[in-house]
Amino acid sequence: MSKVRVLVGTRKGAFVLTSDGKRKQWEVSGPHFAGWEIYHLKGSPADPNRLFASQTSGWFGQIIQRSDDGGKTWIQPGTPPGEKDATPAGPPKGESNKFVYDTSAETGKPLTTHQFYDGTQHPWEFKRVWHIEPSLKDPDTVYAGVEDAALFRSKDGGKSWHELSGLRGHGTGPKWQPGAGGMCLHTIILDPSDPGRIYIAISAAGSFRTDDGGKTWRPINKGLFSQYIPDPHAEVGHCVHHVAMHKSRPGVLFMQKHWDVMRSDNAGDSWTEVSGNLPTDFGFVIDVHAHEPETVYVVPIKSDGEHFPPEGKLRVYRSRTGGNEWEALTKGLPQSDCYVNVLRDAMAVDSLDECGVYFGTTGGQVYASTDAGDNWAPIVGHLPAVLSVEVQTLA
Amino acid sequence: MIRVVLPPHLRGLARVAGEVELDIKGPVTQRSVLDALEERYPMLRGTIRDHITQQRRPFLRFFACGEDFSHELPDAPLPDAVTSGAEPLLIVGAIAGG
Repeated sequence: MSKVRVLVGTRKGAFVLTSDGKRKQWEVSGPHFAGWEIYHLKGSPADPNRLFASQTSGWFGQIIQRSDDGGKTWIQPGTPPGEKDATPAGPPKGESNKFVYDTSAETGKPLTTHQFYDGTQHPWEFKRVWHIEPSLKDPDTVYAGVEDAALFRSKDGGKSWHELSGLRGHGTGPKWQPGAGGMCLHTIILDPSDPGRIYIAISAAGSFRTDDGGKTWRPINKGLFSQYIPDPHAEVGHCVHHVAMHKSRPGVLFMQKHWDVMRSDNAGDSWTEVSGNLPTDFGFVIDVHAHEPETVYVVPIKSDGEHFPPEGKLRVYRSRTGGNEWEALTKGLPQSDCYVNVLRDAMAVDSLDECGVYFGTTGGQVYASTDAGDNWAPIVGHLPAVLSVEVQTLA
Repeated sequence: MIRVVLPPHLRGLARVAGEVELDIKGPVTQRSVLDALEERYPMLRGTIRDHITQQRRPFLRFFACGEDFSHELPDAPLPDAVTSGAEPLLIVGAIAGG
């Protein structure tokens, strides 16, 4: 029988929620890494028992954790399994925590600078890993999106990391700038039909694409309109909050921008707005139904200044037409006095026959729907603020 | 024997309980203590000092004998009481955040 594993990153630890295919009874495991911020954890499609976690702290910096048994036990990559300290193979060297930006091959100086809050140019400074994206094919290859914005890759199961510096070095870096949450690379989408194609998104720079496995990159923001930057149509500078894709149509992308829900039918070469009848087109999450590539989900948030649902009603909006026409999904969700937020990486879908949809809130609830959003129920109600939700559908 | 007290999160990371004891040859300084600590517990590299710059992370402090040595030069000698093992070097997470 199928099984579902929901991976939840929170402000104070990671939680692993498991259920059978009925998705009615849930077992909660955690907190793992109690007290640490877990920005994201995600399983390898090539080896579902291999999970990666970004464990981070304002005090102690970045740690990368890996589990090879579905979240029961964890190691810092580089640690021999089952060992805790010195072993014949040696202890972990701490290198899995090491994210070092590339410098210019010609000068040895920083590759580029970015625009800082005060308008000056500022060097890149590593802060944390926001998003981990395991390879679709190789369990030892994994990508990390970091703050300050850059893309790193490990080919040895997370033990060592190297920057794909063509992204920062392609020329627009000096125009990137931090949003309120920092200058973070938060979205990584691997094209299942083309191993050379990767999409990423950065706040506040926009979305970018490579077609050669990360060597060269270009901005893909044509059609975005952002009134909060001097040139609303600029090539970069847009605060993209999240991007989603259906694996059967890798050239079709859906975007929740700071304001505006957008769609591209040409791999990001151009975008059109599909906010339609949403009560507000501000928000963070966006995702696509597992089996219906035109069915899209968002959670509208009142505004950039008021990060909570309009009217205190927590509503998921679903479009079955690829945007523009949206319906409110409310059954089982609080419809009064609800002032939580749903952060950009905190929604995911399972791939069971009847698609399950999941999202977590800053109030510590994780809601699940086993019928594509028609009805909702909380799996857990009192976790720390949820930063990320990922789902694994297991055979 | 030099005694070091780690903050709870780093004790968890290093999988130790209580104080850490380190044998240090030569002058006992912040740098030599942290070098020995990271040599024995490499998983702590990057958590107390930046991997590259070796600068103390901003929200960590080094206390000993009731004094704050965080702003001393890394090669300045630590107090005799630390060198003799009578007093521990405390690595403390600053009170900040929730």
